[in-house]
Amino acid sequence: MYLKLDREHGLVMTDNVPDTLATSVIVPLVDMRAISKSYPGCLANDAIDLQLKAGRVHALLGENGAGKSTLVKILYGLLASDTGTIRWAGNLVHIDSPSAARALGIAMVFQHFSLFDSLSVLENIALGMDQDADNDLRQRIIEVSARYGLPLDPDRSVYTLSVGERQRIEIVRCLLQQPKLLIMDEPTSVLTPQEVADLFATLSRLAEEGVAILYISHKLEEIRQLCHEATILRGGRKVASANPQEESASSLAALMMGSDLPVARVAEVRKTGPVLFSMDNLTHQAGTTHGINLQGLTLQVAAGEIVGIAGVAGNGQDEFMQVISGESLLAAPNRLMLKNQPIGHINAAGRRRMGLCCVPEERLGHAAVPGLTLTENVFLTAHHTKALRHFGLISHRRSREFALEIIQRFNVQCHGAHSLASSLSGGNLQKFIVGREILQSPTVLVISQPTWGVDAGAAAAIHSAIRALAQQGAAVLLVSQDLDELMLVTDRIGALCAGQLSQMHRTADITVRQVGLLMGGEIAA
Amino acid sequence: MIALQRRASPSRLMGYLAPVLALGCTLVAGLILFALLGVPVGLAFHAYFIEPISSVYGLSELAVKATPLVIIGVALSIGFRAQVWNIGAEGQLILGGITGAAVGLFFYEVDSWYVLPLMILASVLGGMVWAGVPALLKTRLGVNEILTSLMLTYVAALLLSWLVAGPMRDPDGFNFPESRLFHDAALLPRIVDGTRLHLGAVIALGIVVAGWLLLSRTLLGFALRVNGMAPKAGAHAGFSQTRLVWIALLMGGGCAGLAGLFEVAGPIGQLLPSISPGYGFTAIIVAFLGRLHPVGVLVAALIMALSYLGGESAQITLNLPLAVTGVFQGMLLFFLLAADVLINYSFVWTRKATQQVESL
Amino acid sequence: MNETLILTVLTIITAATPLVYAAIGELVVERSGVLNLGVEGMMLSGAVCSFATAHYTGSASLGILAGMLAGMLMALLFAFLTLTLQSSQVATGLALTLFGIGLTALIGQPLVGIAFGGLPSLDVPYLSQLPVVGPLLFSHDILVYGSFALVAAVAWFLNRSRAGLILRSIGDSHDAAHALGLRVIRVRYLATLFGGACAGIGGTYLSMVYTPMWVENMSAGRGWIALALVVFSIWQPGRLLLGAYLFGGISILQLHAQALGINVPAQLMSMLPYVTTILVLVLISRDRGRIQRNAPASIGQSFHPTT
Repeated sequence: MYLKLDREHGLVMTDNVPDTLATSVIVPLVDMRAISKSYPGCLANDAIDLQLKAGRVHALLGENGAGKSTLVKILYGLLASDTGTIRWAGNLVHIDSPSAARALGIAMVFQHFSLFDSLSVLENIALGMDQDADNDLRQRIIEVSARYGLPLDPDRSVYTLSVGERQRIEIVRCLLQQPKLLIMDEPTSVLTPQEVADLFATLSRLAEEGVAILYISHKLEEIRQLCHEATILRGGRKVASANPQEESASSLAALMMGSDLPVARVAEVRKTGPVLFSMDNLTHQAGTTHGINLQGLTLQVAAGEIVGIAGVAGNGQDEFMQVISGESLLAAPNRLMLKNQPIGHINAAGRRRMGLCCVPEERLGHAAVPGLTLTENVFLTAHHTKALRHFGLISHRRSREFALEIIQRFNVQCHGAHSLASSLSGGNLQKFIVGREILQSPTVLVISQPTWGVDAGAAAAIHSAIRALAQQGAAVLLVSQDLDELMLVTDRIGALCAGQLSQMHRTADITVRQVGLLMGGEIAA
Repeated sequence: MIALQRRASPSRLMGYLAPVLALGCTLVAGLILFALLGVPVGLAFHAYFIEPISSVYGLSELAVKATPLVIIGVALSIGFRAQVWNIGAEGQLILGGITGAAVGLFFYEVDSWYVLPLMILASVLGGMVWAGVPALLKTRLGVNEILTSLMLTYVAALLLSWLVAGPMRDPDGFNFPESRLFHDAALLPRIVDGTRLHLGAVIALGIVVAGWLLLSRTLLGFALRVNGMAPKAGAHAGFSQTRLVWIALLMGGGCAGLAGLFEVAGPIGQLLPSISPGYGFTAIIVAFLGRLHPVGVLVAALIMALSYLGGESAQITLNLPLAVTGVFQGMLLFFLLAADVLINYSFVWTRKATQQVESL
Repeated sequence: MNETLILTVLTIITAATPLVYAAIGELVVERSGVLNLGVEGMMLSGAVCSFATAHYTGSASLGILAGMLAGMLMALLFAFLTLTLQSSQVATGLALTLFGIGLTALIGQPLVGIAFGGLPSLDVPYLSQLPVVGPLLFSHDILVYGSFALVAAVAWFLNRSRAGLILRSIGDSHDAAHALGLRVIRVRYLATLFGGACAGIGGTYLSMVYTPMWVENMSAGRGWIALALVVFSIWQPGRLLLGAYLFGGISILQLHAQALGINVPAQLMSMLPYVTTILVLVLISRDRGRIQRNAPASIGQSFHPTT
């Protein structure tokens, strides 16, 4: 009853099969049935079925919060399901730890790498393999990395490596185990388009060698290129199975989100005014050992203009944002100008007072305080600009009114202004934070990864709010890893690579591939 | 088996209930301790908790003991909110006592109104200087304030012990390591005749109100709270971490110094080799027990003051060692920390042990 | 002259040994990502329990064992609160010290004023007879030899063994370690207990060899100095040994000040170890990059597997 007849793609079982099964029947490598998992206040997985076959790349598709990660963690033994069964090559198995999963032949590359910065590549790999960090392992690493075109130096410390190199460690670690199933959790979110192409070549080769690959993503184009099968999750339930090569990106999007969302660039002509914000040959030493130094950045943003900065995380985006927001100060104030005034020496509060508002990438803990209410989080950055104090004392009434205004204008779903910031979903909190900064009517808005991990509806709302602000004559600087977003929203675009800024190009005149080259450090696109 | 499950949001109710639960557990554990020490439990309970506060004098003593705890506890809870771990309040208290007393002794026999205010000023400054060292080292060099403030406590205690044996010794004191007795103008006025209740108690109440106002209604208090909860958000808002560390430590030092003066110019009346039974450390417990909230600190200080009085009373009537007080205070903090788990977690029964409920 | 010199070195060893034990234990604890500020409390428990046991049973070995167990018991309390009940490591460590001071004062009440014979010195045959070198290197009690063996063992464990690699990885990132299926909580329990045992032995050395008697609050801040030593060592066992002996030298300076013709009041001389601790922390802070690279990245943070 657990079998799916699939002569074309399935695995033919000849031994190790329970008596009840005929030996000639084709059995999927993994057969998950009716998997459910609940957390307090949330049903993360609701009776999900999933079958994976050897030699096939299977996409697990869904928005953030659809339950992809939970399902995969159950398969990898990191979480226990409340109900449901897992069969491995037809046998009922109980995967209660990652070690058990590895023993079966399951390997996983995590979205957030589980690497140890202070240890060497060799030590990192040894830890994941229940094996000693000896010369034998060193040799095998060199062999495997050569064979699959994934160059790695086993004795480097991880903290010295780039994000792409770090992912290589994870993949090599998996490959060393000669897995039957390889799970990839959002592997491309940190890679340049060129690195993505390399990764896909490796994955295709593995599939040809007979490895089953479970590929988790919400990037539709990728899935269409790479995957043979797809399971689509929405709100913790399996809503469809599809052949991605037969679907269009928009039909997949419709399945994923439950409705069609028009994704088209709004043709609009914005008049640009005088330059409001500029950096001139800006250089900054990172304060920490792991930081990226910024070198010779030059950039101008005019009134009414949206300028995009592409780049893979870890190329200096954090330092870039900190230097602009005023969290890091500059030794030479005039390298950074706001409305023709030097601001390099002014702190974040002072810059905000002068009309420069920032939205950092990290929502909880940076843009907002998780343990404070929305009312208090409004006070955090708007206390001066919105005059939220009365005779020097905090006016809770005014703060609440402003919070309610944001909630209403930006359609933030929450229980009210007294909700804790941590209780909001990612998309709603992001709308709230963007709203908080935009409603302070900034002259310059600098915003980083505004739609990262945000559902499509909220992303659209945030994009239109940013456009509207530019329309009113503000200068907007948008830092993002999401090329689709940058191509959709910006007027001009450049990339940050290893702390250096590329030349800027009109977005209308440049292709995604060319931006990819900029992100990889090729100055001339 | 039993496992912990994170609550969707922190429980406010448990925030209030945890200290009550901890007190209850401490009481039970304390009575068991008495039984183990071979003391009749009923007698011990009476001696410890009833006897000390069954007279007006007893109640006034409770306030006398609570005064330094309130003053330091409020300041420490503000610092702890900002994750500034000043645990050297005991040393700052001693320094305040020394500098305040030095001014008092300098103006010995000067019978003027300005003597006491000058002593107060000197004590606050003394405490601030002692707390300023960890502040300087933390903000300039990144040195952990826990270790430095604590090391300075030992230094302060030794300094006091040297001063009362040497430079500040009473010239007519038969070589006892004590200073002169302060003259009247250098003593805090008593507010109830026949008791040792002094002006400091009123000032302590003022500090509670000021602390509450600071934390709940001012930008500074807000900034301190934000920096404790999410330092990066504080930086995003433009609050200077350096400035807040200085403020938190100086506030703690100033208040501890003030409390030190209130001891020497209040109940003690002179400088002795030891001027505090560990108020600076007990105030740490007071701050936690009071939920880092000034009003909570007031209540917690009264409870901890009772543990001092109870210890003294049990020593007199039952011949129990004074160390019992320290055990009580330590136990209370342990139970409180344990009970606090209920704020963020609830206990659930699980059918099987798995990775996610990894436990020993 | 030789005599005096040898005597001085021997006192330094005696003063340094408790620090070596307490600090090497805490080093392992911190390498696993746990910050236990209760070293002082654990040392005191070790001091009073070992002294009491040795006094009542007459057996020094039982005394050492008791001191070790007492430290472990206190560490277990800390581990249960911080690792199982998720309490703040800073607050719980402070609580452990405050509780330890009170509890040991209570337990030690009847022991005050009793002297103990100390530990027998184990002379290495022949070698201990050598002039100068003999008394310096080959005529110590078992705990002194043990302290050197322990430091060597910890250095080997951390850098050469797989278990040590796992411990370091957990200290570096408990989330990543958990994702790999490593038993974060179990390893931290074991490390914390090891730290407790070491602190307990450190305390034992104070009450059974250094003084040798029980005095209320006799560790006098050595637990905190041990914590500072771990920072000074940049989490490297070898440097830690060096630091402990440096401190040992400074703390006996006060004993010899008079002989050296330094006429400073005893109280001010007694400040030396504490002032030195601060100075050492200041000096080491100049090497901020190295501290950042070597400090266990997840130190002090709570870990709950479901989050």
